[in-house]
Amino acid sequence: MQAFTRLTAAAAPIDLPNVDTDRVIPARFLRKPQGSAGYERFLFHDVRFDADGKERPEFVLNQPGFRGAKIVVAAENFGCGSSREAAVWALAAYGVRVVIAPSLGDIFHQNCGKNGVLAVILPAEIVAGLRRELHARPGATLSVDLEAQTVTAPDGAVHRFEIDPFRKQMLLSGQDDIGLTLGYEAQIAAFEASHRAAPPWLSAAP
Amino acid sequence: MARTMFEKIWARHVVAEGPGGQTLLYIDRHLLHEGSTAAFVRLARTGRRVRRPDLCVATADHYVLTSPGAPAPDAEIRDMVQSLGDNTARQGIVYFGQGDARRGIVHVIGPEQGLTLPGMVLVCGDSHTATHGALGALAFGIGSSEVEHVLATQTLWQRKPKTMRITVDGRLGAGVSAKDVILAIIARISAAGGVGHALEYAGAVFGAMSMAERLTVCNMSIEAGARCGMVAPDETTYAYIKGRPFAPDGEAWERAVAYWKTLPSDAGAAFDREVRVDGAQLAPTVTWGTSPQDALPITGRVPDPAATADAGRRASLERALAYMGLSAGMALTDVTVDRVFIGSCTNSRLEDLRAAAAVAKGRRAVVPAWIVPGSGLVKEAAEREGLDRIFREAGFEWREAGCSMCVGMNGETARERERVASTSNRNFEGRQGKGARTHLMSPAMAAAAAVTGRLTDVRQL
Repeated sequence: MQAFTRLTAAAAPIDLPNVDTDRVIPARFLRKPQGSAGYERFLFHDVRFDADGKERPEFVLNQPGFRGAKIVVAAENFGCGSSREAAVWALAAYGVRVVIAPSLGDIFHQNCGKNGVLAVILPAEIVAGLRRELHARPGATLSVDLEAQTVTAPDGAVHRFEIDPFRKQMLLSGQDDIGLTLGYEAQIAAFEASHRAAPPWLSAAP
Repeated sequence: MARTMFEKIWARHVVAEGPGGQTLLYIDRHLLHEGSTAAFVRLARTGRRVRRPDLCVATADHYVLTSPGAPAPDAEIRDMVQSLGDNTARQGIVYFGQGDARRGIVHVIGPEQGLTLPGMVLVCGDSHTATHGALGALAFGIGSSEVEHVLATQTLWQRKPKTMRITVDGRLGAGVSAKDVILAIIARISAAGGVGHALEYAGAVFGAMSMAERLTVCNMSIEAGARCGMVAPDETTYAYIKGRPFAPDGEAWERAVAYWKTLPSDAGAAFDREVRVDGAQLAPTVTWGTSPQDALPITGRVPDPAATADAGRRASLERALAYMGLSAGMALTDVTVDRVFIGSCTNSRLEDLRAAAAVAKGRRAVVPAWIVPGSGLVKEAAEREGLDRIFREAGFEWREAGCSMCVGMNGETARERERVASTSNRNFEGRQGKGARTHLMSPAMAAAAAVTGRLTDVRQL
């Protein structure tokens, strides 16, 4: 996994609440292999491109200043719905490394961390303020520092965010969490032995 | 100390307390479908093995065509099913593939086969895994990386969520179904209301429900933002499980039931949040917008964005109405539909088909209407009761089991601007096909829409 430490980059505001992962990547692209050529085009495909594949000018990532943004500043419950990790793969393929929102879909939130994408949760009024600033100054940059747990707004205001220490460590190191877990083999084996002894039907082979 | 059911199941599955307040949680059952391919590919690439193939069960549902005999429209779709067969064969994982009557929607076959049991921790790479919570299991959807993690280690790193109890007391009125209950709950707490929470559904209404109804309710927990939602096991649960192929029997059954009886939340257990709903106030409910929270009683009218003070909310309402092709103030019963879809992991069980058939019987569908059973066994059971004949005589299309038009991954989608009365779980933009417009409702309401060609109060039919 690609490590994340800090990033200063252009950010794009997405104002709509409850942006679901079907919108982030429509279902018909889920049969395309992860990381295949052109994957970035699947991102927000049906709101980003028209039927002829031409850019819809009203979509934020097609607008000057926001095109190629590496940070998305979203609204409440971004990434809700389907568990499709392809939503994060598409964001990452486009170059997005940070998603800032007042809340995120739980599974999407988890999927971000597995792909080197930093999910930052900040209070709704702060996030709305960031989106307003970005609308006012397209192309303005945000600075995100994971070690310090801060987002620096275009106006210089510094917002501190909380993050699960486990997720933070995995992102900073770029470590593969399966590798970490395999180090717990002794505990897993011991658990299985006692689990099987107690309610055997729980771990019985089907 | 009094504990919730969630806490009891969680505590029983803690392998280790890890760094930063995360818990390494043991997974009793891992269900797989075609979407698991990417995880198998990465696992092979890193040379890791499947730790407990014996705790995995796989089925093909998302990419299987439900019109028998039709050629696959796309080699990629065919390959999605093929790779699941290959991967499970290579790893020695039980697989219900095409031609096996046990094949079906993963959230239908888990309970149907007795693979889902109270007290289990069950995961699947699908957000509707919450469905299995209806049996008193801790069940939640995971992403592809987590699927890979479970395959490799049979565990997951999780942070303990908060708990929320949703109590629905009273008695449901005639024509009010489990689907109406959960749509009303989502409308009440919002699509984000359950984020970071494990839900427990409690109260007289859920106690009186059958397993099929409880499965419908728990299924849509994710539509309220919650990864899992559960109902305490009781006599209804035990009667449902007994005798199913993978359920314990004999002496193990007695021990299992004794254990399951310890699972319900203790009296006085504290939840982080409590929500109360009066069941008697609920009515048949439909969605009008592009989020499951956009739900109203069928007697209602399309909301007016102008009446909304918050600018962000107003913009989102306007966008939803434009997408849905509806105007503010319109009576919901004036909305005409182009197509009906009865199926999905929410509403494709035998009872759902019976409810739809009761409405369809002796009437005639005036728009294309599909019935997609949840599993091969549901289909066979329905045919034994003659439900297929009722549907066919009423002009409905009787199809094979699968996810089909709930998500359209197999290419079975609605056309642009087509308006669908659907028993599925998501009315997102483009969910049932690019530009397709979805109204969510119960099987009886969907059947009523099929025979009238518009959103209809099934109580008035």
